[in-house]
Amino acid sequence: MNTIAAEEDIVSDRLRRRASRHVKERVIESILFLCALFSVFVTVGIVWVLLSESITLFQHVSVWDFLTDTQWTPLFDDDHYGIMVLLSGTLVSSAVALAVAIPLGTVIAIYLSEFAPFVVREVAKPFLELLGGVPTVVYGYFALLYVTPLLQYLALTLFGYNLPGFNLLSAGLVMGIMIIPYVSSLSEDAMRSVPMNMREGSYAMGATRFQTAVRVVTPAAFSGIAAAYILGISRAVGETMILAVAAGMQPNLTWNPLEPAATITAFIVQVALGDLPHGSIGYQTIFAAGLTLMLLTLGFNILGHLLRRRFRQAY
Amino acid sequence: MLKQDIGEIRALILKHKRWDFMFAICGVVALMIGVLTFAALFVGMAIDGLPRLSWDFFTNFPSRRSEHAGILSAWVGTTLVMLVTAVAAIPVGVGAAVYLEEYAPKNILTDIIEINVTNLAGVPSIVYGLLALGLFVYTFGFGQSILSAGLTLGLLILPVVIVATRESIRSIPSVIREGAYALGATKWQTTADHILPYSAPGIMTGIIIGMARAIGETAPVITIGALTFIAFLPPAPIQRTFPFFNFDWLTSSFTVMPIQMFNWTSRPEAAFHENAAAAGLVLVFMTLSMNAMAIYVRYRLRKNIKW
Repeated sequence: MNTIAAEEDIVSDRLRRRASRHVKERVIESILFLCALFSVFVTVGIVWVLLSESITLFQHVSVWDFLTDTQWTPLFDDDHYGIMVLLSGTLVSSAVALAVAIPLGTVIAIYLSEFAPFVVREVAKPFLELLGGVPTVVYGYFALLYVTPLLQYLALTLFGYNLPGFNLLSAGLVMGIMIIPYVSSLSEDAMRSVPMNMREGSYAMGATRFQTAVRVVTPAAFSGIAAAYILGISRAVGETMILAVAAGMQPNLTWNPLEPAATITAFIVQVALGDLPHGSIGYQTIFAAGLTLMLLTLGFNILGHLLRRRFRQAY
Repeated sequence: MLKQDIGEIRALILKHKRWDFMFAICGVVALMIGVLTFAALFVGMAIDGLPRLSWDFFTNFPSRRSEHAGILSAWVGTTLVMLVTAVAAIPVGVGAAVYLEEYAPKNILTDIIEINVTNLAGVPSIVYGLLALGLFVYTFGFGQSILSAGLTLGLLILPVVIVATRESIRSIPSVIREGAYALGATKWQTTADHILPYSAPGIMTGIIIGMARAIGETAPVITIGALTFIAFLPPAPIQRTFPFFNFDWLTSSFTVMPIQMFNWTSRPEAAFHENAAAAGLVLVFMTLSMNAMAIYVRYRLRKNIKW
């Protein structure tokens, strides 16, 4: 009898200890879960802030005017809210940047993944990462004070053209250089994950390195390369400081990269630098501009997701 | 007949080899464009900015006269903002990553969180600025303060910290976990005593890269309304009298390094451009040394740990 009681005591004591252990585990797990859930709150917060402020603006301006008006003068007495004006600046500068970054980034990726000796790759990869780590305001300084004068000189001597001091071309070119690391490093990762036996098969058929790289590895890695391009596009569309510094801040509906123009992001910076009262129409326009930007990048991200799904290859 | 064929084949091979060679040249040239641009940027900035770099440059406030202007308020502001960013982003980021890797059950909620983290990494930084302007500055009433800026940048680097921590945790072989469980350790004991210590170098790398990015971010901090001309310092965080710590600096207005540089760059006078170059040099030095530190930590990690 006695021994059984003693054993019961021990068992119940153990159970009590285990129960306290469980409580601690539970508490820690819920804290960690809240940390993870926090990222969802951030997204909800972004959507809520952008939508709620934009909706107040859209009670004042119709969505149709917002999308079709060809003037953007929210701070003037004669106010117009045509987002196309800012959108054109964003699209032109991004196009220039991608015209630089996609060819150069792809060539660098193919070279590093298929051609480069081990040492070159080990040195070049961290170096490219450093290039991507330079603050964008420094690139803006570089575009405005080094690249623009150079382009002005070239335009004047070669074409007799007077390039304005602020232009989308110089900002776009520097932005392209800035994006190269994003494109090249993701593309290279995708190419290196293509299994070796596919390359070996290609070599066995007598193909050269170049033929293997272009006809076998690149198509096989296409979903990853497309993801890299999409990342590059999102970076270009969302880039702010290079454009705010080097492309000027005057809204200008143009498709010509030689002209100065404000982008969506540059407009937000311009308004934030002034002191607009909270709740004014001007204050709300930057949220509508931000919403447009967000929808634009979201669209590209969804496109990237679909591309990845469509072209994913299983080995 | 046969000899001619072999000759043709050799010519064909040679032609293809030439293509190989030409493409390798293209690759080197493309790499060089990146390298040379960076060199031009750095050398040009060094030529313009180095003469301005002196002790006074670090201990002077910004000024209307370019030769007296310095970056004291900017680097102090950057340091304090980074402090808030680190305190905000590191625990939440690491906690989220640990949950997703070690705890999360396979269900819809986990999927939503994972997709969400991926998407957050792609949100343009200026949108975080708008979020902070609407939420921190006006809804929560933190104002245009160091606290708002630090939290904003903390949200910005959260995905970076989460992704780096997850990758680091994922690279730990499951035998480590199984060994711990076999000895009766609970999940948290396993995580705290084994998973976190072993993945610490990888987590450090992620944190350093995230902080380096936060130091250089300009747009979100401008958006919440940081001032460009600040000629005073926030209250000191440490004081001689009880309770020794002072949190008034959290609500102080501030400026940071990239904003100071932006301000000098956008002035028309060339003398201020020299100041911008000097500030840029300091900024590039800060971010590059942090990135280099991250690369070094990763290199050491790869060298030392063999499972």
